[in-house]
Amino acid sequence: MVDVGWYMALAAALFLIGALGMLLRRNALVMFMCIELMLNAVNLTLISAGRALNDLDGQVAVFFILVVAAAEVVVGLAIIVAIFRRRATASVDELSELRG
Amino acid sequence: MIDLLWLVIALPLGGAAFLHFFGRYVREPLSGWLASAAIGTAFFIAAIAAVPFFQGEAEPSTIPIWEWMPALGANFELLWDPLAALMTLVVTGVGTLIHVFAIGYMHGDERFHRFFTNLNLFAASMLTLVLAGNYAMLFLGWELVGLCSYLLIGFWHTRPTAAAAAKKAFVVNRIGDLGFMIGLMVVFATFSTFSYSGIFERAGEELTGGLATAIGLLFLVGAAGKSAQIPLYVWLPDAMEGPTPVSALIHAATMVTAGVYVIARSAPIYEFTPFASTVVASVGALTAIWAASIALAQRDIKKVLAYSTISQLGFMFLAVGATAYVAGIFHLMTHAFFKALLFLGAGSVIHAMSDEQDMHRMGGLFRKMPVTAVTMAIGALALAGIPPLAGFWSKDEILAADFARGGWFYFLWIIGLITALLTAFYITRLWVLVFLGEPRWEEKAHPHESPRVMTLPLIALAALSFVGGLVNTPFRLTLEHFLEPSFEGVHIQHATDDWLTLAILAGLSILAAAAGAGAGYLAYRRPPERWRRFEDSFEPLWGTWEQAYGVDDLYGLTLVTPGRRLAEAAAFSFDAGVVDGAVNGVGRVVRGMGDWIRPLQTGFVRNYGVLFLAGAVVVVAWLVAGGS
Repeated sequence: MVDVGWYMALAAALFLIGALGMLLRRNALVMFMCIELMLNAVNLTLISAGRALNDLDGQVAVFFILVVAAAEVVVGLAIIVAIFRRRATASVDELSELRG
Repeated sequence: MIDLLWLVIALPLGGAAFLHFFGRYVREPLSGWLASAAIGTAFFIAAIAAVPFFQGEAEPSTIPIWEWMPALGANFELLWDPLAALMTLVVTGVGTLIHVFAIGYMHGDERFHRFFTNLNLFAASMLTLVLAGNYAMLFLGWELVGLCSYLLIGFWHTRPTAAAAAKKAFVVNRIGDLGFMIGLMVVFATFSTFSYSGIFERAGEELTGGLATAIGLLFLVGAAGKSAQIPLYVWLPDAMEGPTPVSALIHAATMVTAGVYVIARSAPIYEFTPFASTVVASVGALTAIWAASIALAQRDIKKVLAYSTISQLGFMFLAVGATAYVAGIFHLMTHAFFKALLFLGAGSVIHAMSDEQDMHRMGGLFRKMPVTAVTMAIGALALAGIPPLAGFWSKDEILAADFARGGWFYFLWIIGLITALLTAFYITRLWVLVFLGEPRWEEKAHPHESPRVMTLPLIALAALSFVGGLVNTPFRLTLEHFLEPSFEGVHIQHATDDWLTLAILAGLSILAAAAGAGAGYLAYRRPPERWRRFEDSFEPLWGTWEQAYGVDDLYGLTLVTPGRRLAEAAAFSFDAGVVDGAVNGVGRVVRGMGDWIRPLQTGFVRNYGVLFLAGAVVVVAWLVAGGS
């Protein structure tokens, strides 16, 4: 069996890619995908830790996260589509109306 | 008939309600006739219900209507006794005549039906006051008549002076009502009930120490407010801003006598406090001569009558303060007749002169309006106290009772006698200035006799003023026997039984009245230059009287202006500065803090992301380091 450490390393790498993409990219759609990437990196840690510790709680938590993420995708994508329709752009730098 | 007594209040109340909602659909004279019919029917019901008292065989009875606060003895219940019956008959009888008169007087007013709504509401309130079977219900009526008085004084509310006069009447009455209310609280604290019977039965045992005096004096404060006695009389002259039928009904015949009624009704309490009674009589005597002297020099016809009313109310206080309750109520009744007559006559004159009230611009109206002139002459002679008219009998009975009481009351009797002289003078002056001499009005004024709807009430009131005094003469004390059941167990001050003394006293008051009337006639029958010089010869006294001793200015300087300053300071300095300042200050602090941390919100998602990530890193680092 592969050591759980590898799974953790993979998850960390995925999370880092997601976080950096989130901070560096401007396209709202890509940023959204990066968020999903981070979510699934976390899912990976949970499920591998559950397997390693022989505990089902990790898998249960992942199911919860999947459901919530699905709902979040619906809302998030709808917002992005709506913004794109109005502005004909998906660059987040142009969306700063809520600046203090 | 006594079972239908509730209709006496319900009819005018129903009339007011109907006219309030549907009055605008009823054409002009009809709404007035409806209101008159409501109160006229109430008069007939009351008259029939009072028949057993006239036959002298009925006991006072209490008619429950519904339970309000039984634990406090405060229910809607009517006390039907001779005193209440007499007051009800005066209110509804004189009230009906004034309602009818008003149909003519208010002709053409665009708020015609509203006037009769308020007039009917007033009648219902006044009847609640006099028919109440306990102090709580009486107080309800007491406040309601105050409200109606306010509404009717300010009836022409587009005139700033009328609005101000209404406000003044309300505020001054508030002061009196506060005293009355404290008095009622003391009564309740002592007896644990508001019911008349419950209070009067136990008055002897419960009213120890100064309690009776305290209650008596506090009731006097309330009565002085409502009945315009010193020092709270200042609202009544201003109240003449209201339409003249209002002045006749509320500010002469009925509402202002409520104070006299309350003191007479509370006779079993005053029984235990000769001191408070003496104060009542002294206030009355002082008010009588004070107001009579002001009335001497007024130019406005309604102002003369207003001060005359204050003066005559002083006479009533002089009577009830001397525990001559029957004489006081007797004078209340005759005064209602002749003063309502004088006011309505003045209204007829004002109506004819197209709203002119200055007597210097009248004169010679006798030939133009003979009915008004003759009826007003009867009213004037009745007020002056010329026998055998009504005013003579009642005023003479008051003076004789005061004389019989002796001691301090000799002094009050002298004041009363001087007041009688002044009264005769000013009312003769009024009549001569208005009806005799050369016309002093412009040709285009076109004075004319009033329509029959106005003169008929004048004639009816003149008849009552003529014969009204005969119900209680020293030869036949009908009213005294009539009222006996209402004053059971109460000492009533009578005039002396000695016919010689009585004749001398009557002679003196006739002499005073004749001297006053004669002097008034001789002084004002002359051409204007002569009586102007006559008035000037009294300077500076005349000017002081004309300015009503400057009491309004004094109150303005000592009470109204400081009060207004205080209110302004509270509103514009304390409230605007301190209260609003604190509230605005909190807002400003929060806003400042907001300004300070606003730059954090850059509007760039990446900045938020970095902060978020940094936070997550810190939390994870903390957990890895061992946590907690």
